[in-house]
Formats: sequence, C-alpha cells, structure tokens
Amino acid sequence: MSDIKNFLYLNRRAPYGTVYAWESLEVVLIGAAFEQDVSLAFVDDGVYQIMKGQDTSGLGIKNFSPTYSALGDYDVQKIYVEKESLDARGLTVEDLLDLKYEDEDDDWAEKDSIKVVSAEELAKLMDESDVVLSF
Amino acid sequence: MKFVIQVNEGPYNHEASTSALNFVRAALDAGHEVFRVFFYHDGVNNSTRYTTPPQDDLHIVNTWSELASKHDLDLVVCVAAAQRRGIVDEGEQERNGKDGNNIAPGFRISGLGQLVEGCIQADRLMVFGD
Repeated sequence: MSDIKNFLYLNRRAPYGTVYAWESLEVVLIGAAFEQDVSLAFVDDGVYQIMKGQDTSGLGIKNFSPTYSALGDYDVQKIYVEKESLDARGLTVEDLLDLKYEDEDDDWAEKDSIKVVSAEELAKLMDESDVVLSF
Repeated sequence: MKFVIQVNEGPYNHEASTSALNFVRAALDAGHEVFRVFFYHDGVNNSTRYTTPPQDDLHIVNTWSELASKHDLDLVVCVAAAQRRGIVDEGEQERNGKDGNNIAPGFRISGLGQLVEGCIQADRLMVFGD
C-alpha cells in the first residue's frame, strides 16, 4: 500500500431527508480499516448531523447519530465544524454531540474531537487534504 | 494522471452520470488513466441492464458498458447501496435468495473499501453529483 494520505470527509447535508449523511458515515467506518489520516468536516446543513438529542421516531427511520460517538474508537480524532454554518443556524458547539477520542500519546487521556473552525480555516484544510470526499 | 471517479446519482434524473462519462472519455483520450469508477448512492442505478430508455435517448447504462469493454475499465457498484436499491449480480442473487439478477455487463458489485482503496491508489478523486 502507498503512503498514508489525508482524507477529508466533507458533510454538507442534513442527516435525514436524503441518504447522503448515513452513506457518508458508512464510508468513514469502512475506510477506517485502511489506516489513513482521516478528518471529518461538517458545513451548511451538515452541522445538523451531529446535533444532540436527535429523535427520528416520527420519521420511521433509524436515528444513526449515536454512531458518531463511536468514531473515536475508529481512530477518527479530527472533526471540524464550520463556525459560519453554526452561526447561520443559531447553533453553538453546546448544541452538538460531545464527541471524544482517547489520545494514545497522552496516556489515553479523553479529548474533544470537535473543533470549530472558520470558513477560511476550513478552505485551508481542504486545500491541504489529498482526498476530499464530499457528501 | 491516475483518476478514480465517484458517481453519486442515477441516470436521467441527474446529469452526474453523463458528465462522468464525458469526463472519463476525455481523460482517456488525453492519455490519462482511470483506475476505477465507483458508483455510490443512487449512482448504483447506472448499472442495471433492465434500463430501457426511448430509442432517441442516450442509453447511459450501455454507454458505460461499452466504454468499460473498450478501455478495460473497472466499474464498481457499492454493495450496500446496491442492496438497498435492488441492484443484483449472480453472487448477490444467490446470497439473498432473489429470483433474478440485473447487473449490466462490465459492472461488478463490491464493497466501499474499493472506493477508499481507489482514493489511495489514484492521484485524484473526481466526484460527480450535487
């Protein structure tokens, strides 16, 4: 296998209404086996994917948001959320799931995975990524 | 350059598949390599041989099949997305006890790992969809 690449999964759509969010998460989970450098970013309505307190009982489809909490176990430690997208929707980081990972370089200390970044910072992250998978 | 292509939308409803076809043809004509084309989301609907458009419409499925045969392209359909949408090859037919299969020539059903592996092997991923 070639060298490790930087993968950025860009999530742009609301969690329900279309299948993109769930099928994006499926790629992330499968892709974890390839031991690449993985980041997730949530922009636009994509920020709703990682909101706390999701209840899909009225929709008749599965609430897959608990799966995001497992990402730390899949070695996904970098989750970026665009500040402008949160602001435009009246949301703050407090409205989002409390996503954590264990830092093996720091005695497995539990750390926050989510980092709120500006659109400009996110553009730089995309530019620096080898592969951008956009959903 | 070595490309991997991802097609996220089905034929006819959305231009993504025809744009991908045009891109693949242009890339090959220009001497580039297409490592793999991966069909995901409703993009898996590009792979059913039961597709029967009116005669004066572009037959998108056959065009993919012909292009694959001419250039030895690897057309991979995501198994999880295919199962949700009723795209079946012989193996899936047997595994899931279906009464038939509908995969078009030149396509094969496989896992999402094929997309990730393609991204690792290729120089660039091109995504076609919204």
